[in-house]
Amino acid sequence: MHSDDQTPDAANAASQGPSRRSFLKQTGGLLGVALAPPIASQAEALADKLAPASPILSGQINVSLNINGQAKNLRLEPRTTLLDTLREHLDLTGTKKGCDHGQCGACTVHIDGKRVNSCLTLAVMAQGKQITTIEGLAKGEELHPMQEAFLKHDGFQCGYCTPGQIMSGVACVKEGHATTDDQAREWMSGNICRCGAYPNILAAVREVANKG
Amino acid sequence: MLLAMNNFAYTQAASTKEATAAKQADKQAAFIGGGTTLLDIMKANIEQHTLLIDINRLSLLGIENGASGLRIGALERMSDVGEHPQVVQNYPVISQSLLASASPQLRNMASMGGNLLQKTRCGYYRDVAFPCNKRVPGSGCPAQTGDNRNLAIFGTSPSCIATHASDLAVALVALEAKLTLENPKGATRTVPLADFYKLPGSTPHIETHLQPGELITAITVPAAAHARKSHYLKVRDRASYAYALVSAAVGLDVQGGTIRSARVALGGVGTVPWRVPAVEKALVGKAPTEDNFRAAAALAVRDASPREHNKFKVELAQRTLVRALLEVVA
Repeated sequence: MHSDDQTPDAANAASQGPSRRSFLKQTGGLLGVALAPPIASQAEALADKLAPASPILSGQINVSLNINGQAKNLRLEPRTTLLDTLREHLDLTGTKKGCDHGQCGACTVHIDGKRVNSCLTLAVMAQGKQITTIEGLAKGEELHPMQEAFLKHDGFQCGYCTPGQIMSGVACVKEGHATTDDQAREWMSGNICRCGAYPNILAAVREVANKG
Repeated sequence: MLLAMNNFAYTQAASTKEATAAKQADKQAAFIGGGTTLLDIMKANIEQHTLLIDINRLSLLGIENGASGLRIGALERMSDVGEHPQVVQNYPVISQSLLASASPQLRNMASMGGNLLQKTRCGYYRDVAFPCNKRVPGSGCPAQTGDNRNLAIFGTSPSCIATHASDLAVALVALEAKLTLENPKGATRTVPLADFYKLPGSTPHIETHLQPGELITAITVPAAAHARKSHYLKVRDRASYAYALVSAAVGLDVQGGTIRSARVALGGVGTVPWRVPAVEKALVGKAPTEDNFRAAAALAVRDASPREHNKFKVELAQRTLVRALLEVVA
């Protein structure tokens, strides 16, 4: 595990230097002063008063995520996607990597209740939000109705797209986009099934919508 | 591969000024909103950025409909705009173009401003093993004689025939939408979306008239009768979740059996969203009949310059246009 207990502030403090400099570079023209060293320190104090520049984070940074109701503190690079964070850093391998380009939907998770592709989400940008993965759907041993419906209707063959299909299906029903077969097909189109289990997936989603 | 992207630094801008200044100061920096285009092309090694400037904390939200028109903050998500009751009712072509785009997941993520700046789906642009003048200026354009079935028949040049990929942009160009742009000095300017995009010419890598550091902050659309009676029709290889082969954004104001004003633009066929004023002019004063729609649609393709594999778009564009017009008066 790459988690630790460092606070985000520690990483922010480490990168104060460069960000302050870049802020001054930006405001130099605006303030109309040449940043000779003695003036620079005054300007720096002034700049800090006017508007603290946001830190520029690089290398391993602190990232705090809320996943399935649990706080997770991690050390990650800014380029780490939410998908890789889940699978490689948190052992939450229910969320699948299919295309890794937002084309297949296997990586679908919910952020603040909305379905998104975790492969095109940076972990650092998912901070402060509620993330729900396939592992967060069941209540203990009690499966989510969508999981039950996928079992009942045999909504899969190889099963690789299934977590994404289920996460998308749950959102699709909640959005009110599964009221007819045609509507559910259209609004489930962001989840590709290579095995072609679509009729059974559709049956599962529609059943849950009808029970609504 | 676990981490396909080159490493980069990240900052979350606290203000528009901070964001635009940071972008101007670093030529290798990029703004990130939803990230659906940017991270995709960075993973594909099409673009490399050393710094991503997260603009999601900026207050660029709001969907406001007033007597003069519609104003949409650039950070509004495609899904929220596409299903907004005021947009659905007064600007159906905008709603329909959004809901015909991408997938529900991507629409929840992608911002309106980012949608307008999305990259072409030309296969040569997306595959770094090939030359591409848009990706590597001066390297060549294999699409001219290669696999060009999905590519443009309007606005092409010997340097580039890549199709503009946005559905939204086609609807917005038809309705004469404008963009508000803010620069690092905090100054704003307003640009018609139709003038925002550049034809490829000999510099296909320069796609817009954005100045260094400039950020799209809002989209405005004038209110009009032809906006309320409008439609977006998208023809594609699959029923859903595919880019357009051809699309048509149309709006008509019909009074007493006569067309008073018309707005027509085509997608999937141009290097930029392709408005066709000749068709609009031909429709005004006529009755909204299929014969008149056919005659007008023929004018849309007079300037077409198809390549070997996309000749079918000349006929398909006309049929798509006629069907969209029939739909709007049905």
